[in-house]
Amino acid sequence: MTDVIAPNVTKDIALKANGLKKAFGGLIATDNLSLSVATGEIHAVIGPNGAGKTTLVNLLSGMLRPDAGSIQFNGRDVTRLPAPARVKAGLSRSYQITSIFRDFTVLENVMFSVQARQGHSFRFWKPVSRDASLIDPARELLGRVGLGDRVDIRAGELAYGEQRQLEIAISLATQPSFLLLDEPMAGMGPEESQRMIEFLRALKGAYTILLIEHDMDAVFALADRITVLVYGKVIATGAPDDIRNDPAVREAYLGGDDSDDCSEEGAA
Amino acid sequence: MGAFGPLRNPANMFTALVLVIFAITPILAPALDESFYVIVFARIMVWGIAAVSLNLIMGYGGLISFGHAVYLGIGGYTVGILAFHGVTSAWIQWPLAIGVSGLVALVFGAISLRTKGVYFIMITLALAQMIFFLSVSAERYGSDDGLNVLARSDLGVSFFSLNNKTDMYYTIFAFLLASVFVSWKLVNSRFGTTIRAAKSNDTRVQSIGVATYRYRLTAFVIAGIMCGIAGLLQANLEGFVSPDMMNWQRSGELIFMVVLGGMSTLFGPVTGAFVFLMLSEVLAGWTIHWHIIFGPFLVLVVIFARGGIAGLLTRRADRD
Ligand SMILES: Nc1ncnc2c1ncn2[C@@H]1O[C@H](COP(=O)(O)OP(=O)(O)O)[C@@H](O)[C@H]1O
Ligand SMILES: [Mg+2]
Repeated sequence: MTDVIAPNVTKDIALKANGLKKAFGGLIATDNLSLSVATGEIHAVIGPNGAGKTTLVNLLSGMLRPDAGSIQFNGRDVTRLPAPARVKAGLSRSYQITSIFRDFTVLENVMFSVQARQGHSFRFWKPVSRDASLIDPARELLGRVGLGDRVDIRAGELAYGEQRQLEIAISLATQPSFLLLDEPMAGMGPEESQRMIEFLRALKGAYTILLIEHDMDAVFALADRITVLVYGKVIATGAPDDIRNDPAVREAYLGGDDSDDCSEEGAA
Repeated sequence: MGAFGPLRNPANMFTALVLVIFAITPILAPALDESFYVIVFARIMVWGIAAVSLNLIMGYGGLISFGHAVYLGIGGYTVGILAFHGVTSAWIQWPLAIGVSGLVALVFGAISLRTKGVYFIMITLALAQMIFFLSVSAERYGSDDGLNVLARSDLGVSFFSLNNKTDMYYTIFAFLLASVFVSWKLVNSRFGTTIRAAKSNDTRVQSIGVATYRYRLTAFVIAGIMCGIAGLLQANLEGFVSPDMMNWQRSGELIFMVVLGGMSTLFGPVTGAFVFLMLSEVLAGWTIHWHIIFGPFLVLVVIFARGGIAGLLTRRADRD
């Protein structure tokens, strides 16, 4: 297969997957998948439901072990590295299905993530509620994601869109260099989605991002490169315009004749 | 996270009341000619320490250990066996009891924490039963008849002795306060936050960069040690140890005390132990068939009073 990024030697590769394979019983969710993400870019992965996008995130983040293939992160082989160690190396993920600490307050959620970043937690005595080294960065980050006035609310009581913001804030608090975002706009209304797009645009450059997304508008608005996944296989990788015009993509995913229909379907 | 909230909160008022009762019983009970209650409350407090320790891993950590009473047995037998061999100094007995409890918890935790859910419950039970059967087969130490603790732990000071009923009582009271205080500090520390987060959402903790296993294992060891201390106190209080201390039913009762009082509340387990043991005492005084009343009562508590007594009192406060 032709690796489109390879000739461009000036760009560093942040993440590289080679021939990843993952099967659940007879179902092949990831099929000989290779992918490169250049440092600083937003690389979108699109594909219909069940294409294996979340499985890919699980493989890259270390929540699942691949049956075959390898993963390199900043030039280092991380294929056998457990999830927590990958986070320490700077690879952080968010979840499609919101995964927060529902009984913690919004602030406590992010404080815990800050705490994880600061090293081990074998500290048994000092109360976290009076630890400025946790509270200050957490407040600052929550301000940035637009939850500054919601800090003392129980996370489970946040509105859905706010929980999605918190989800991202928790991931950001680990101070990653690389973000794996699994459908950050999932379930959001158009207005909330728009705000999230703006937020992600602001992150651009500061982080390398692998963006899994269903929403076509978001993808074409944000991505430097797009990879299209169908049945666990990469059927195309390229710049947004190339993907839009790729016949195989239009056939398999964008649904043939009219891509406008699909962007509406994606936004719905 | 304000663990010790305002006193207006009925749950906290109840806590304060129970503490005051514990504190003044040795003074009050003889005056009322009810010195029997000194022993009863001392017993309750020992169970309270054990329940507080279980609550650390079960309430805050979400780890339902069905073998926690084994540490009562280990703490107790360490004292009993050492006394049997003529070693009575508390300064040798207690560190050893703590060490052995911690070591067993380390091994049992290392094994059981690799599993989850029902498997965890079953493995903690199975491991505890191993020690139970070991004690039953230890003929030298009385098998299932148990072992008389030949002398109480010797503190080596003249002004304070566990042979004195009041001194014994206040020793246990001090350990109870210490156990609640230690849980309070732990729960609100970075360590405790990690344990609570792992209970709430283990995969999220992993994907924040924290390997949860070693934190859980540490909590398991701390809880084992705390319960081992309850065991060494029980051995001193009763002057007797037996396999029955670590029978699986005792582990079940511990779980019940925690649930009854209120899981993941600081003082709930003590309240739970208090109500559980007082009620069984009172009911047993009424009728020999007291289990017929007690059983359904426990079931009703689980069904209708989620959050236990602490939850019940707090919810009432919210409504007012
Ligand atoms: N843990 C699992 N066990 C079994 N099948 C799974 C598991 N996770 C995902 N799958 C299956 O793998 C396929 C890809 O799923 P997923 O990666 O969630 O797709 P996507 O995120 O693109 O919608 C689906 O058919 C799904 O049912
Ligand atoms: Mg998915």
